Amino acid sequence: MAFEFTAENKRKFDEILTRYPVQRAAMLPALWLAQQQHGWISHEVMEYVGSLLGLSPAKVYETVTFYTMFHLKPIGRHHFQVCRTLPCQLMGAEGITSHLEKKLGVKLGETSGDGRYTLSEVECLGSCGTAPMLQLNDDYHENLTPEKLDALIASLK
Amino acid sequence: MEKILTKNFGLKDSHLLSVYESTGGYGTLKKLFAMQAKDVIEEVKKSGLRGRGGAGFPTGMKWSFVPQDNPKPKYLCVNADESEPGTFKDRYILELDPHRLIEGIVICCYAIRSHAAYIYIRGEFVFPYHRLEAAVKEAYAKGYLGKNILGSGYDLEVVVHRGAGAYICGEETALMESLEGKRGMPRLKPPFPAVVGLFGCPTVINNVETISALPYILENGPDAYRKYGTEKSPGTKLFCVSGHVQRPGNYEVPLGYPLKKLIYEDCGGMRDGKALKAVIPGGSSVPILTAAEAEEVTLDYEGLAAKGSMLGSGGVIVMDETVDMVKSLTNLAHFYSHESCGQCSPCREGTGWSHKILKRILAGEGRPGDIEQLEKNADHMMGKTICVLADALAMPYIGK
Ligand SMILES: Cc1cc2nc3c(=O)[nH]c(=O)nc-3n(C[C@H](O)[C@H](O)[C@H](O)COP(=O)(O)O)c2cc1C
Ligand code: SF4
Ligand code: FES
Repeated sequence: MAFEFTAENKRKFDEILTRYPVQRAAMLPALWLAQQQHGWISHEVMEYVGSLLGLSPAKVYETVTFYTMFHLKPIGRHHFQVCRTLPCQLMGAEGITSHLEKKLGVKLGETSGDGRYTLSEVECLGSCGTAPMLQLNDDYHENLTPEKLDALIASLK
Repeated sequence: MEKILTKNFGLKDSHLLSVYESTGGYGTLKKLFAMQAKDVIEEVKKSGLRGRGGAGFPTGMKWSFVPQDNPKPKYLCVNADESEPGTFKDRYILELDPHRLIEGIVICCYAIRSHAAYIYIRGEFVFPYHRLEAAVKEAYAKGYLGKNILGSGYDLEVVVHRGAGAYICGEETALMESLEGKRGMPRLKPPFPAVVGLFGCPTVINNVETISALPYILENGPDAYRKYGTEKSPGTKLFCVSGHVQRPGNYEVPLGYPLKKLIYEDCGGMRDGKALKAVIPGGSSVPILTAAEAEEVTLDYEGLAAKGSMLGSGGVIVMDETVDMVKSLTNLAHFYSHESCGQCSPCREGTGWSHKILKRILAGEGRPGDIEQLEKNADHMMGKTICVLADALAMPYIGK
């Protein structure tokens, strides 16, 4: 199915274009808008963004796949991203991941069958002083303990 | 000690323009517009301010490399990519005092005669991004940004640009590639960004913390700034302490501050009564210090160099006696191999193979020759690639 921006997003995109002397610089902002609208970056999205920027889909593809935050397939409604890098590891990040695997019933890197949860490991999120920590969709959750994780999961709709 | 970067952190709603103004914020702009651009650069040179993003390059000198006879537009890139493991300072400036950064941006751009600045913020920083966007909007509305700022005739546009997850985009030329809508792969230097940078134009790139020190320097003068720190490392710096201390967090201290004091006094010492084993003092890319070295070293560029390490970004990772060093190194090897942009074979292959070998040593399946192979990898990586990401992983094997 072809993808295109909603009228509002098209307006936002046109404004974004004015911020840069070179069209291609609007690539990441356009992809962010598209991912917000569509949930992930499909091939149709890449073709569409390419057509807006006067670039081949391949150019969009090579850019999209360079970055970790663009999803190449649909992900769970609640995306748990546990920081695994050294400062967090020192403070028990592995325990956080294994607790989540148990409680969410998904393995690292997987999405639950009902599309509710995705569990990922990510590299340092710039929050090492409040380790261990994770990012759930957009939000940081810091100084985690198993109890805090349980409360967090219970609070999810 | 007077705080320069964090003085507003404790104020209620410190991120709002009205609160920033009530503490004298944006007060330097009048003074700025009465000055010649080259005199602003002179003041910053005299202050001795050095880049806080990792390399410690003198800021005023960097600005003076921008060719003023070049007819092309000039740009400022503000590096808010903050992804160096152990570093979490810029995030707090963005969240708690974004207007100090914006005022600093006006100062820098005016000095280098730029009319456009791009703030590149890492994609994961969603909350700081919203704070920053709101602050930029407020600053436009109040006439601190945009056309004819405060009636000075000086115009400046500021754009906040989100990254999308890639450590390497913190490297200055990778950041510019990424901003241009491409893969974030570092460029060969020279040419240096000051001459050929963003969109092929002369560009200054500075870290968030570097830029945020400018309002103080302009307001109080270089001598006031030099009251803190040492001759070669003037001023204050944010140190981000993580790991096994009682009170991890951000601490603004004058450069030259003893690391021992930071750990045992400011941070309340080691947790659970454990002994100190080692410290990585400047973000994961700098050589590690033993406990004995850590207890002697001072936190300044020359002090850390004397112990074979570097000040880096100021990310102080503290490890106690229970830490398994092979496991820690394996963790970092995973990081660097994951984050290698892949364009240099010694880095792409070297980080990947180092990680594989370390993983098997960690699993108790080490083979004869593994250590020699790791050393050989390191030798192939050190100083032989486009950027220094490869060196960061090579250094621990070479024993710095
Ligand atoms: C692999 C790599 C990652 C880097 N990441 C960052 C970063 O996240 N933030 C930053 O300010 N500088 C980072 N730097 C340093 C920048 O290349 C550059 O030196 C700095 O932004 C210059 O600003 P400064 O002079 O104010 O420090 C990185 C360098 C390398 C080699
Ligand atoms: S050293 Fe590694 S990260 Fe740096 S440019 Fe080469 S491959 Fe990319
Ligand atoms: S290591 Fe986890 S936030 Fe930095």
